[in-house]
Amino acid sequence: MARKIVLCRCEDVTLADLEHCVSRGYRDIEEVKRYTGFGTGPCQGKECLAPMATQLARLTGKTPAQIPPFTSRPPLAPTPIKLLANAPEAHRFEDDPT
Amino acid sequence: MTPGASDDEDDEARADLSGEIRLPATLDSSGELPARAEIAIVGGGVMGLSIAYHLAHNDLTDVVVLERGYLAEGASGRNGGGVRQQWSTELTIRLMQDSVELCRRFAVDLGVNVWFRQGGYLFLARSAKEVARLEKNIALQNRCGVPTKMLEPRAAQEIVPELDLTGIVGASYNSTDGILFPWPFLWGYARQAAAYGVRIFTQTPVTALAREPGGGYTLDTPRGRIHARRVIDACGAWSPKLAEMIGVTIPTWPIRHEICSSEPLKPFLRPMVSELASGLYCSQSMRGEIVGGVTIPGHGSTYAMGSTLGFLATYARRLVKLMPVLGDIKILRQWAGPYDQSADGNPIVGAVPDHPDFFLACGFVGHGFMMAPIVGKLYGEWLTGGAPHEIFERYNLARFASGASAAHEQEDFNIG
Repeated sequence: MARKIVLCRCEDVTLADLEHCVSRGYRDIEEVKRYTGFGTGPCQGKECLAPMATQLARLTGKTPAQIPPFTSRPPLAPTPIKLLANAPEAHRFEDDPT
Repeated sequence: MTPGASDDEDDEARADLSGEIRLPATLDSSGELPARAEIAIVGGGVMGLSIAYHLAHNDLTDVVVLERGYLAEGASGRNGGGVRQQWSTELTIRLMQDSVELCRRFAVDLGVNVWFRQGGYLFLARSAKEVARLEKNIALQNRCGVPTKMLEPRAAQEIVPELDLTGIVGASYNSTDGILFPWPFLWGYARQAAAYGVRIFTQTPVTALAREPGGGYTLDTPRGRIHARRVIDACGAWSPKLAEMIGVTIPTWPIRHEICSSEPLKPFLRPMVSELASGLYCSQSMRGEIVGGVTIPGHGSTYAMGSTLGFLATYARRLVKLMPVLGDIKILRQWAGPYDQSADGNPIVGAVPDHPDFFLACGFVGHGFMMAPIVGKLYGEWLTGGAPHEIFERYNLARFASGASAAHEQEDFNIG
């Protein structure tokens, strides 16, 4: 059953994947992110962080308060490179047009 | 039998046959610290774990690794995964030839797939001066047996058809350079070291280090005190902080470098692509993401790991200039990590003057990941009774002492 319960839709991480991860000794939510890949897809954890943390708390005998969220990473939403390329904040190298 | 049930059985069979070695219970931060160890390695990054594995592989298993956070929390988990042999000094080129060989064998030796892929490294030059620099390095690389070639712009475009050749005047290309996925690399070393009996403690910062009159060192942690006859400082950019606890000054400083990852794409980009003018680099991971960064001059000495729009804008501008087609892909996330910058661009390894049992593995200037396989192997051989490799003499701390030869070799190819 656990392998049919999807916790992270972007990266197809199931409850069974999380159980396997914890059984291997990866219990810090940052390690769980790196081991399972959860939270590294288009939503960047916006959908999956809460259910993952809840299940991680259950599997490791912690309270939710003992599991801080993983470090959130910019940008807020997937952003096209050509949009960023026109931002005035860009550093200009010698060969960049002024 | 339903297809679903069949899938489940296949999964069970794979799990049973995986041969995966469970991490020690101490990794969940609840284990007891032993009172004594022959060697304490401070820093559970790729360098510390590689040394731990190689010591244990050479039958020295009374080793403890103390990591202040989680495995891969520092620069080992924040880098672009590049592994190259295009360098400017003979010693580093030869060391990296050995490292590439160890990466090729990693899945077999360590039992973990690290997605090592030898798609080559393509360095692009936009000026005659940069071409001259590449040519000088290529001559040395060829003498060492690295098959780097100088390419005309058109030939570079045959390897990466998406390149805009405007302003490109030449390129160097070595097909045997490559990339890997950093995280499983650490887990491979950790698991095998643990299987040999090495004890790895995460969430265990060293708060005090002191030399004992009778020899050896005491290391204090929130989990208790440990006595070690020998200590290895493998703290990356934080290495000077550990050394200063015993009055040793390491002349390195942290430089923040940023990096980002795109949405996954169908595989199209074979080599790591880099341009000398901006330090731009990008490669396509086995997950399909374009992972890359750019060097923004003037980042001061800082341990801050925040992200900036300035970085993303600079990277985006240079990437679109080099490969216009990438303008339409989306960035998913960005992060940062510290380079451990040394004055001459070379590592600092070996024992410390007046501290023959305190060893360094630092100053790798953002390239410690690719150096870790060979540096760990050489440490493992030396500290178990083998002869010291010349790296421990050439790249030791004493070279920076006043009165030492001022003309030590400079590495000029710390790109990206």
